[in-house]
Amino acid sequence: MELLDLPLIWAFIIGFGIIMYVLMDGFDLGVGILFPFAPNEESRDVMMNTVAPVWDGNETWLVLGGAGLLAAFPLVYSILLPALYIGVFLLLTGLIFRGVAFEFRFKARSSRYLWNWAFAGGSTVASFAQGAVVGAYIQGFETANGVYVGGALDWLTPFTVLTGFGMLAGYALLGSTWLIMKTEGHLQEWAYKITLPLLAGVLVVFGIISVWTPFVDDMVRDRWFSNLSVIWILPALTLLCAFQIFQSARNRLEGMPFVATMGLFVTTYLGLVVSRWPYVVPPEYTLWDAASAPGSQMFLLIGLVFVIPVVLGYTAWTYWVFRGKVRAGEGYH
Amino acid sequence: MELDPLILSRIQFAFVVSFHAIFPVFTIGLASFIAVLEGLAFKTGNPAWVKLSAFWTKVFAVVFGMGVVSGIVMSFQFGTNWSNFAQATANYLGPILSYEVVTAFFLEAAFLGVLLFGRDKVPAGVHLFAAIMVALGTFISSFWILSANSWMQTPAGTELRDGVFYVTSWSEAIFNPSFPYRFMHMGLASFLTGSFVVAGVSAWYLLRNREVEANRKALSMSLWLILFIAPAQLVVGDFHGLNTLEHQPMKVAAMEGNWETSRNVPLLLFAIPDQANQMNHFEVGIPSLASFVLTHDWNGEVPGLNEVAVEEQPPVAIVFWSFRVMVALGMLMILFGLVGLVLRSKGRYWQTPWFLQGLRFMSLTPFVAVLAGWFVTEIGRAPWLVQGMMNQAESVTPSLTGGMALFTLIGYVVVYAMVFSAGVYYLMRVLYVGIEDSSVDAEYEADRPKRPFSAAHVPFELDNNDTHKPLNQGGH
Repeated sequence: MELLDLPLIWAFIIGFGIIMYVLMDGFDLGVGILFPFAPNEESRDVMMNTVAPVWDGNETWLVLGGAGLLAAFPLVYSILLPALYIGVFLLLTGLIFRGVAFEFRFKARSSRYLWNWAFAGGSTVASFAQGAVVGAYIQGFETANGVYVGGALDWLTPFTVLTGFGMLAGYALLGSTWLIMKTEGHLQEWAYKITLPLLAGVLVVFGIISVWTPFVDDMVRDRWFSNLSVIWILPALTLLCAFQIFQSARNRLEGMPFVATMGLFVTTYLGLVVSRWPYVVPPEYTLWDAASAPGSQMFLLIGLVFVIPVVLGYTAWTYWVFRGKVRAGEGYH
Repeated sequence: MELDPLILSRIQFAFVVSFHAIFPVFTIGLASFIAVLEGLAFKTGNPAWVKLSAFWTKVFAVVFGMGVVSGIVMSFQFGTNWSNFAQATANYLGPILSYEVVTAFFLEAAFLGVLLFGRDKVPAGVHLFAAIMVALGTFISSFWILSANSWMQTPAGTELRDGVFYVTSWSEAIFNPSFPYRFMHMGLASFLTGSFVVAGVSAWYLLRNREVEANRKALSMSLWLILFIAPAQLVVGDFHGLNTLEHQPMKVAAMEGNWETSRNVPLLLFAIPDQANQMNHFEVGIPSLASFVLTHDWNGEVPGLNEVAVEEQPPVAIVFWSFRVMVALGMLMILFGLVGLVLRSKGRYWQTPWFLQGLRFMSLTPFVAVLAGWFVTEIGRAPWLVQGMMNQAESVTPSLTGGMALFTLIGYVVVYAMVFSAGVYYLMRVLYVGIEDSSVDAEYEADRPKRPFSAAHVPFELDNNDTHKPLNQGGH
């Protein structure tokens, strides 16, 4: 008997990395999605300043996730990336454009509108692609002998388009509640105003997805409608979070809408995880099938045991340094 | 015409990796240069060192930023276009590449912010320490990447079972036979790149009489470095070549344009290799010299391409010519080091216009030489991806179609062209604004970690009235 279930430990690490990425890059992608709709150029400056100090730290979780996936679950890496080929390309180019826009917009004058579009467009494309990836994951992948055998656009279905829009709405909500917390005055007022319609949009899309999902895949339906009724607590908590967002935004609370939106994401994410657990390449392979050699998993785990606490500590420190409201004209450019 | 996903994937990988490689090869050398400048500033207190360091840190920030952006794509290429390779090699390459990411992550998180934004916020000793750690971090990063690449050239410490590599000894795999040579060769190449860029930029400033004292110091330092490192690179390169001869003889045969195993092989200075007819046209060579260089015996036997089947030969012409470009540029670098030494007397090295003009153009040559060198080693390994064990055709993603590969290839070319032009244009602006400006930077924006470009406060567009003033003075 093995002393440690290494694949299980790695599943937790990668799963943790994914939700960290979704929550943290989510709000700054959301700010990008909302960018074109902002009241004026001065608000855009402030919006960008609220995420400027932290966004690239947020994105490093994605790179770490990609490399960690190759090391710990190579089968997932080598099936998902070919299957999502075009989607991954859109995701990466979207992230590149918005990353570069971050750097150059503050230094640009006459060309500033171009960087505005690069920022908003890149954020929107990247968010949509992430949502579509989630949808494709629920759909499952066509494999034979550990290799993806489906077509280039199998991932693009009405269902994944819907999950793409769901992610756009969800990230936009994360963005608007983030802005409520980080800004004041005119911009904050605007953020309050758009939060409730965004919440309604999220609930509608999430609702359709929830009803649709069981029909997409039998296994997911069995999971939810067999004897494992305890998992229904997750959608219940999701609804509770939604109610909390509604209440707190109406009562003009500043921090709670963002916290509750994060809660909404976490419970939805856990709902997705239990839908497919323990399959990491649905519908064929479990996390134990997909794992790399134990020696390889162990070799990397030793390093990560030291690094992850440092990264978390550093992340916390950064957010602490840049806590509080961001005002017009005092940005960190 | 049928689109071949294998060829297109090879072009795509060559494109993204070449594009990416030019940034780290520069930042590795530059980081060490900055650490030395910081050390000198710390020791002597001479403000010229501080100025230089502040300026080059700004350049470092921009180049590092571009390296990070182009690097994100790299970590997904293995999966998208080479999924069979990824799956087969993940037990070794997965942890190694992850350690690279982790190292870079760690370095960026802990020390880069302090180096870029902390000059006036932390004690001088801490700032120096951060500079040293950043330099060290770039080396550790390249350690992992080069170990991964070397393992593909000279696999060791692993065994292949049912199409998957399993690690039998981590130390043998990491320190595989070609790794020490490649690491040395690449380390020196980074130093040469850093030196020539610093020399070229300093020369340009000196030609325009800008900040003469500081730029003269920088030029002098880089010329000393070039004088010693350029010849050292020749020696290390020779050892690297002998190692390649032992483990990858067909690569060496292609480098020498040697079709048949024989003795008294000439060193070809010029030839047009003709793979279809397995021969060279218009050969010009020095008799027996290749035998001597490779075996240290004028009569030594040099392996020829005829030892393997035609379809197992690497593409000869591109390897042959890339190798010549690299060596020729290396020789030119040695020459510039020597000329610099001659001009030392009476300090003419910083006052001789033709020499300074020459250095300006030389600042581009290390990038060409490095890419040519990588062409030699990567294309020379063809048709193998893992030498002797896994070839390119087995490695490519089975579900990949030519259309998909072409779509993303064009996409990456377009995206990189846009990003790269913006980046290079901006870098030129930073260089144009120059050293004079550096002192004002530390004032604002001190506690901003992790935004590389923020360290360079130069407006994006050309500006008529305030070229030497950064934008957005209102901050903080």
